[in-house]
Amino acid sequence: MTLAWTVAIIILVAMIVYALLGGADFGAGVWDLLASGPRARKQRDLVALSIGPVWEANHVWLIVIVVLMFTCFPPAFAVLMTALHVPLALALLGILARASSYVFRNYDVRGDRVQARWSLVFSVASIVTPILLGIVVGAVSTGRIRAAPKENFRVLTGYFAPWVHPFPFAVGLFTLSLFAFLAAAYMTRETADPALQDDFRRRALLAQIGVVFFGLAAAFVSRLAEHEPFHQTLLSGTWSWLFFAGACAAAIVSTALLVTRRYRLGRVAAGAEVTAVVAGWGFAQAPFLIAPDVNIENSAAPAITLRLIIIILGVGAVTLLPSLYYLYRVFKREPAFEEMSHERAGGEL
Amino acid sequence: MDDVLFARTQMGISLGFHIVFAAIGIAMPLLMVISEAAWLKTKDPEYLALTKAWAKGSAVLIAIGAASGTVLSFELGLLFPEFMKHAGGIIGMPFGLEGFAFFAEAIFIGIYLYGWNRVPPRWHLASGVIVAFAGCLSAVFVITANAWMNHPRGFRYENGEFFDISPWTAMTTPYAIHEIIHMVVAAYLATGILVAGIHAFILLRHPESTVHRKAFGMAMAMAIPMAIVQPFVGDIASRQVARFQPLKLAAMESQYKTEARAPLRIGGVPSHEGRETHYAIEIPGFLSFLAYGERDAVVKGLEEWPEEDWPPAVVHYAFQLMVALGMLMFALSLWGALEWIFKKRLPRSRAFLACAVAAAPMGMLAIEFGWIVTEVGRQPWIIYEVMRTAEAVTPMPGLIAPLIVTCAVYVFLSVAVIAVLYRQVRIGPGMPPAQVART
Repeated sequence: MTLAWTVAIIILVAMIVYALLGGADFGAGVWDLLASGPRARKQRDLVALSIGPVWEANHVWLIVIVVLMFTCFPPAFAVLMTALHVPLALALLGILARASSYVFRNYDVRGDRVQARWSLVFSVASIVTPILLGIVVGAVSTGRIRAAPKENFRVLTGYFAPWVHPFPFAVGLFTLSLFAFLAAAYMTRETADPALQDDFRRRALLAQIGVVFFGLAAAFVSRLAEHEPFHQTLLSGTWSWLFFAGACAAAIVSTALLVTRRYRLGRVAAGAEVTAVVAGWGFAQAPFLIAPDVNIENSAAPAITLRLIIIILGVGAVTLLPSLYYLYRVFKREPAFEEMSHERAGGEL
Repeated sequence: MDDVLFARTQMGISLGFHIVFAAIGIAMPLLMVISEAAWLKTKDPEYLALTKAWAKGSAVLIAIGAASGTVLSFELGLLFPEFMKHAGGIIGMPFGLEGFAFFAEAIFIGIYLYGWNRVPPRWHLASGVIVAFAGCLSAVFVITANAWMNHPRGFRYENGEFFDISPWTAMTTPYAIHEIIHMVVAAYLATGILVAGIHAFILLRHPESTVHRKAFGMAMAMAIPMAIVQPFVGDIASRQVARFQPLKLAAMESQYKTEARAPLRIGGVPSHEGRETHYAIEIPGFLSFLAYGERDAVVKGLEEWPEEDWPPAVVHYAFQLMVALGMLMFALSLWGALEWIFKKRLPRSRAFLACAVAAAPMGMLAIEFGWIVTEVGRQPWIIYEVMRTAEAVTPMPGLIAPLIVTCAVYVFLSVAVIAVLYRQVRIGPGMPPAQVART
């Protein structure tokens, strides 16, 4: 079953990348809502212009995860969609609201009032959606979703019980603070204006406090979860200590770099922090996709399907990763905000 | 009403909403690329202004298309988990390929929209070409998956289980080709005629506007050949339906009796009780001819199948409306094409512009009706003659709640999109500055 494990690892990698890129786009919405001070308007413009060219590409990682799930682990997908129908449907509403309000705000022309209204929808959706996605991730780890693999993976538990629980909510808030932290850390490199950089530097440090707080809270309430192996591996496994140590080290380094205004490296350390967290979760979660009844082996699609998907992924990666690199090189190598806001003011964007 | 119907309605509304944005996402980048190429070649600034105006509108529409497409990929599982549990491993491949096409589209739309001053002009144009191509490719893969639902193969089905799965065989279902061509042509046609209609509307008020004249010409140049080709593609499609889904053909035509020399019905009100179709104009033998190539061919009627397997009667009306709209667009395009051939330009008369305005929504409506024929006509099956939709639906109760939310959200979004685009057009190129001051 190495094929199934290969795909599972690819899904985890896609989740990490989605958190690093798509997650930061959600986090940017938090700072849209919390824009304040003399540069509030500039902060909002920075949010809008830094996610503008990349958010659609970043969003596709979520599609990649979903498609890999339903193609390679169809019963797991079916159980997930049944047991977590409610939070997933709400997250979809959030995704729809966020995408449309974002483009409406950018391209509607009626003036500040209308823009402020779309801005509000955008930021609220940007906050609610990652909490819901975090709840989903938390819920598959609690062991409160039960299915019967011998009865064609019939779902045995209800539609609220699996996720209305402290652990998924703690993971949801942890996810939100991680994304907000990432966004603020990235934003320091999007502008050349020291005052604006400093605004986001302070915001990143503030969010870092939230990350630590909700991270600890989630670790603490994971004890309440019904799935013993998960919190045991999470809190006391040899490997998980490694991830835990890695995440802590990255957090200390990223904090230090932000405090000392070394933004270029700070951005990298912030990414490393999030990578360690998501990878650590994946490690504690394995071999379960939905603990405790659905795992990588018992829900895998036939080998032929997995093999074809891996081939497609290989071919796709060869063509798309260079394109993605090009996209990021064009827009993210140097701070582009000042130039882009100039272009926008001239009606060019 | 029961939960199966609620789930089907929600899926149908979500698809019906997304398809408009998907069609625009396929065709609009092509128009932008053509206009941009014209700018690079002629250096006429009107082409540049037009390209940018179109790009702004497309940015809104493509973003909403991407989000509503995401909704769909989840909804398949949220509403029909039993379907995804079995179909995922068989037909996931085209979805995976579609994912990559979508990825390419998303990467290069970013470069296209924001990279005007950041990449060399040729690269910018090339980005647009990739967006246009990837959008079309996405459609090809998604329609392939749909074709499999209508003509499933690549597995052995026994006692509710699927064995001997072959994703490649599934993906190469013979039902795909005509569906793909019919839909891709429809996307270019519907978008072209919609865009032409909008510019025709402005031209009626500002006939001197050269930029809108150019826009109208390019959009019509895309729509006209498509509208002329589409009836012939549709003819091929109906033959394939006759071959693979004779029951659907019978429902489309409200053909109750199995008979040779079956008539083609235009209009008509089918009555299931009386097993006949009232008030239709009948052309004797023509259905037999269209479906099988000879007037004496036997066309199977609905009576051949148990009534519980019949698709809803709405299929008949949707089919009639799609064909009628296609014919109207065909006629308008023929008018345009003939003048083009003889006078080397589009008709200049106000009558032609007025007709183009009237035709603006027809392509999108025809797409909606066409998908009702395909998808409602597939009922009561989710995997044709293998799995019933009722077997696939989620066990979750209370599906009316998400249905109501879905309806409300999509109605609101539709209104918002139209309002935003309307205001964009009002301050766009070729509008008198006085009007800008008033907004």
